[in-house]
Amino acid sequence: MSVLLKSVHVVDPASGRNGRFDVLITGGRVTRVGTDLPVDGARVVELPAGCVVAPGFIDMHVHLREPGQEYKETIATGTLSAVTGGFTAVACMPNTDPINDTASVTEFIMKRAAETGLARVYPIGAVSVGSKGEQLAEIADLRAAGCVAITDDGRPVATSLLMRRALEYASMFKMPVIDHCEDSSLKGDGVAHEGAVAGLLGLKGIPGACESIGVERGVSVAEMVGGHFHVAHMSTRQSLRAVRAGKERGVHVTTEVTPHHFVLTEAALAERGGFDTNTKMNPPLREEADRAAMVEGLRDGSIDAIATDHAPHHADEKALEYDRAPFGIVGLETAVPLCLDRLVHAGVIGLPRLVELLSVNPARILGLPGGSLADGAPADLTILSPDTSVTIRASAFKSKSRNTPFDGWTLKGAVAATIVGGRLVFANEAIVGRLDLS
Amino acid sequence: MTDKTSAVTALRSRHLLGIAGMEPDEIELVLDTALAMKEVATRPIKKVPTLRGRTIINLFFESSTRTRMSFELAEKRLSADTLGMTSAGSSLAKGETLSDTARTLEAMAPDMIVMRHASSGVPHQLARICKASIINAGDGMHEHPTQALLDAFTMREHKGHLKGLRVAIVGDLAHSRVLRSNVRLLTKMGADVTACGPATLVPPGLDALGVRVTTSMDAAVEGADVVMMLRVQHERMQGLYFPSVREYFTLYGLTPARLRRAAPDAIVMHPGPMNRGVEIDSEVADGPWSVILDQVANGVAVRMAVLYLLAGGDERADASAT
Repeated sequence: MSVLLKSVHVVDPASGRNGRFDVLITGGRVTRVGTDLPVDGARVVELPAGCVVAPGFIDMHVHLREPGQEYKETIATGTLSAVTGGFTAVACMPNTDPINDTASVTEFIMKRAAETGLARVYPIGAVSVGSKGEQLAEIADLRAAGCVAITDDGRPVATSLLMRRALEYASMFKMPVIDHCEDSSLKGDGVAHEGAVAGLLGLKGIPGACESIGVERGVSVAEMVGGHFHVAHMSTRQSLRAVRAGKERGVHVTTEVTPHHFVLTEAALAERGGFDTNTKMNPPLREEADRAAMVEGLRDGSIDAIATDHAPHHADEKALEYDRAPFGIVGLETAVPLCLDRLVHAGVIGLPRLVELLSVNPARILGLPGGSLADGAPADLTILSPDTSVTIRASAFKSKSRNTPFDGWTLKGAVAATIVGGRLVFANEAIVGRLDLS
Repeated sequence: MTDKTSAVTALRSRHLLGIAGMEPDEIELVLDTALAMKEVATRPIKKVPTLRGRTIINLFFESSTRTRMSFELAEKRLSADTLGMTSAGSSLAKGETLSDTARTLEAMAPDMIVMRHASSGVPHQLARICKASIINAGDGMHEHPTQALLDAFTMREHKGHLKGLRVAIVGDLAHSRVLRSNVRLLTKMGADVTACGPATLVPPGLDALGVRVTTSMDAAVEGADVVMMLRVQHERMQGLYFPSVREYFTLYGLTPARLRRAAPDAIVMHPGPMNRGVEIDSEVADGPWSVILDQVANGVAVRMAVLYLLAGGDERADASAT
């Protein structure tokens, strides 16, 4: 049985399409995109005016917490959160318990994801055994089991030498090395961006240079030995400058930025009575010049991707002293509205560029199928309703956790439906009614 | 020669979380009220019935001697029923969340909670949950509002005014809640504030409050009406913040020679406990300029004023007003 999405607004940067087309889906794949396609026995599906069909969004930086921290999130709840937020695929970080540093952990994650059958899950393996920074994990084995990249995320790649060896070794498998760029000695026990706000709130600072030193290191090492260096959750203008300089020199460096880093600043720490632990993340919310630089990097193309750094934590963990609460916020269910509202409606970028940032480029960086609606591509589609306003309700999240600074925000831009492999995995019935793709 | 200028008769918030949330007229009100409270200490029977029947919990999650005793004395002089708990460490260390802590306290139905905590912001977090009035007795490196109020009271007592007063605050600026509260209060009241310490111990953001920052102690002290010295936790700092106590004292110790740069009638303050020979020379600490013991005495009066005003002052019979 085929499904024909009839005369829908397609935004597919890979093919340059941005207009009304028919999309034919057969056997879980996009089999044809064109105008006035013959129905040929396919089920014809129409979408309400204003809906936009894009290649499925890929969040290349999420923490699914399983195995080991199922009280925060599971692969089932995390992928449900993903499809609800418009993501057809996620890449999950290895800082689980145990760390994803062996094929058996990777296989477990893949198996759980297949059982759940919502978003596609691409595990990211550890750079080093136990992410301890001492010896390389069995990267070929991780690759064979399904890992698409390596990182010691949560921590930086411990030393310049380890970064060198990781880039050299991973290049054999065409895998990027993703680094949580951070100079540990400069970070110390900092909990907030080192600036006027933390200075006056009496919170220990994490200076911007703490990140850019790590970015500079990675760029320099990649320049020396080759390989693909990817900067996780970039947050400072100095880091962006280092990435741009590396790209200009021909270094294979890519980067992602989170919605919270291009929407919020350190000012949030003093708002709502101050010290809301949902404003605590690492890297921390930076200053306005940094936020503005992230927006500019998204606009001018020097930032490759938007990723959420989805970091669910139990409410009890966040209900602690600011300096003791864990870093991180949930991101999957707020990202698309934030992007549409703050980037597209704000006039920073158009929809094609947004699709590049959320789909085309994450697929390219991680070497995934997807990112385009070419004939034969997986039928992973994100359907947006850019003009529909939504109000963020943390209590309604599909994620197991509620830790967000965006609770109560009203934003213009909604996810209308999410399709993975031709299957409808999420529909906002208020927008699309009852869709039937079976 | 003390001016009495407060225009308001009640505090706007039912908590005292920090100087950041206070308006100048509220600060005046506390200082004026403290003047009346100070008189109580001169009576043969140093007790008034003002807070009879009120329950105050003193919750010290960080060790404290002088602030805790000062609050206890203030509470007792106002006839409140008080109970105290001192427990170093965090909620986490006890396996309890902050909201559990708050709910447990609420269940005892106190009227006020005086709290100190090693983490910045805890009183603010609890104030969002608790019904009782919360008085911040020092949170991390953030605020210590009653210290700033008693310091202001002491300055006003000796100098008659705060506006235009030249105040130099010297020492470990980065880790000091006393600094942050004092800077907020003094700039609100129109004083001319200079903060001074080694570049390794200057926090960002002070300039945003209109404070002059210098690393030269001579420049800071020059012409000052008030020299306030901050305690240096030298055991923890020596090595990376400054090379040695010896070098620190050379650069930032308050000696009689340095003090001669200040105004002729300058006063010297210190929130205590002092490190003699580290940040302050004994000759200065014990000299005629020193008002350090006045600060201690005034602390009780100022805390009585805060407790009285938060309990409702004259206007409000109960503390239910928000």
